[in-house]
Amino acid sequence: MNIGKALANRSFCVGLIVTSLIALVALLSFVWAPYPVGAFDIAGKLKPPSAAHWLGTDHFGRDILSMIMVGSRNSIAVASVSVAIGAGIGVPLGLWGAATGGFVDEVLMRLNDLVFAFPALLSAVMITTVFGPGAINAIIAIGIFNIPVFARVARAAALSLWSREFVIAAGAIGKSPALITRDHILPNLASLLIVQATIQFSLGILAEAGLSYVGLGSQPPMPSWGRMLFEAQTMIGLAPHMALFPGLAIVITVLGLNLLGDGLHDVLDPRFQ
Amino acid sequence: MLNYTTKRALIAILTLLAASLVVFAMLEIVPGDPARLMLGMNATEDAVHNLQEQMGLNQPLAIRYFSWLGGLLTGDLGRSYTYSVPVFDLIMERVAVSLPLAAISLALSTLIALPVGIFAASKRGKFSDTLAMGVTQVGVAIPNFWFALLLVYLFAVTLRLVPAGGFPGWGAGFGVSLKSLILPSIALALPQAAILARVTRSALLEVLGEDYIRTARAKGLSKRQVLYRHALRNALIPVLTILGLQFGFLLAGTIIIENVFYLPGLGRLVFQAITQRDLIVVEGVVMLLIATLILVNLLVDLSYAIVDPRLRGRS
Repeated sequence: MNIGKALANRSFCVGLIVTSLIALVALLSFVWAPYPVGAFDIAGKLKPPSAAHWLGTDHFGRDILSMIMVGSRNSIAVASVSVAIGAGIGVPLGLWGAATGGFVDEVLMRLNDLVFAFPALLSAVMITTVFGPGAINAIIAIGIFNIPVFARVARAAALSLWSREFVIAAGAIGKSPALITRDHILPNLASLLIVQATIQFSLGILAEAGLSYVGLGSQPPMPSWGRMLFEAQTMIGLAPHMALFPGLAIVITVLGLNLLGDGLHDVLDPRFQ
Repeated sequence: MLNYTTKRALIAILTLLAASLVVFAMLEIVPGDPARLMLGMNATEDAVHNLQEQMGLNQPLAIRYFSWLGGLLTGDLGRSYTYSVPVFDLIMERVAVSLPLAAISLALSTLIALPVGIFAASKRGKFSDTLAMGVTQVGVAIPNFWFALLLVYLFAVTLRLVPAGGFPGWGAGFGVSLKSLILPSIALALPQAAILARVTRSALLEVLGEDYIRTARAKGLSKRQVLYRHALRNALIPVLTILGLQFGFLLAGTIIIENVFYLPGLGRLVFQAITQRDLIVVEGVVMLLIATLILVNLLVDLSYAIVDPRLRGRS
């Protein structure tokens, strides 16, 4: 990656700064938050932002800033593990399909179509019906949805690489498809996969928020942005700030990740160099 | 064309069959006995036995699957345990809310996105393009249910123009019913429109870089003529693909948005069924949503062939 070029890309810089700040806030929440998130203060409930509570308090008098800080861990954990599941299973499947072709490829792609027919929310609905709600099940549901996305991206890009001279040459000197995939295909896909991972990460944050909002995500007392919005809904007339700030946290995080993804796409894509 | 159509249709049917196996297997892997799970821990042996009988749980697995599948094909989805009515009737009643909601949102998002995308592409690099892309970038990052809350606060709580939630039912009058779908449709449509506008713009820009566009310009056509006569049609394929994918997100979004606005659609139905452990209803709704999704994607695949004649010859 060309550092000078990266620094000249506005999307990349803004995205990197925003996502780094959010990661720092999440890390900071392990050692410090303005108030403990379990601290109820019924007398000081539903207070608008003030010097003592920068983002105000909720219907139990809990500090909203502290809850957003601690909640960021939940969003980041669910999104990153589900990206890891999607990439960890999807990429090898896509590479395998591209390397083998024929029947195996066809079967893998049809399986992909099948998983694609279950949007993350429907998988989550089914998983919750069977195993009950929780962060782990949200991770599984979003992770399963990520598998075909990574498999498609890896397969499509690998297929076009398989017709390139350097890959054909590696085959001609007797390298096995598995070795060619490891030494020549995968390294050339890395940048594409990083961009896709960034996109899926931001979609994961949105999906987790949606699942927690309808009660299928992480359960109390662990704060989560989605559930904070659910709790804000009944208070919308009394305390609109309860709905405003967790939503802004989601928007800023997703926006930062999307900008980073766009920036990485331009910076890493060899066609733009 | 026929060859292409047959192959796509066959794949769709196979996917649907496989999906039915997955959904059916879901009921099978429920820990413990489904009948007991639905009735709760305090149920009498008799009640559990009766429900087992009614659900056909004492028959072999394969027979159960095929009779369930046969039921799906004839519109018999079983009886809801909690509502004591056929699941099919229950679903039809709720579809009357969810389908108009999804259709209005899809129409709204397309009507907003296409002009914005075309406009931005025709002004590439200019200030209006940058502005439009900045706005859509933010739009993509907004969760629809949060946007819904903001709309409720502004238009229902503060300005009191529309109801904050609930649905009077089509029987209570077309106007009032439509009114209660306004905010939900906007909440669903705008974030989708942002994605669609971005895709339209980049698809158009890709096409505008092609040789035949330069040729069309060289033979004296105006920029406008080239844009509408040559570029737009060729940019339609990626736009259609996204529209098909968006329908899936829209269905999922409907499920969440219905919970924001307390609309008695499929989404509310499925969540109530989960809390009441009415597995037969969950199965029915999930199957219906998946079938819709597969059908829409089949239609998108087939429409490629209408837009791009080159695809018709392929099998």
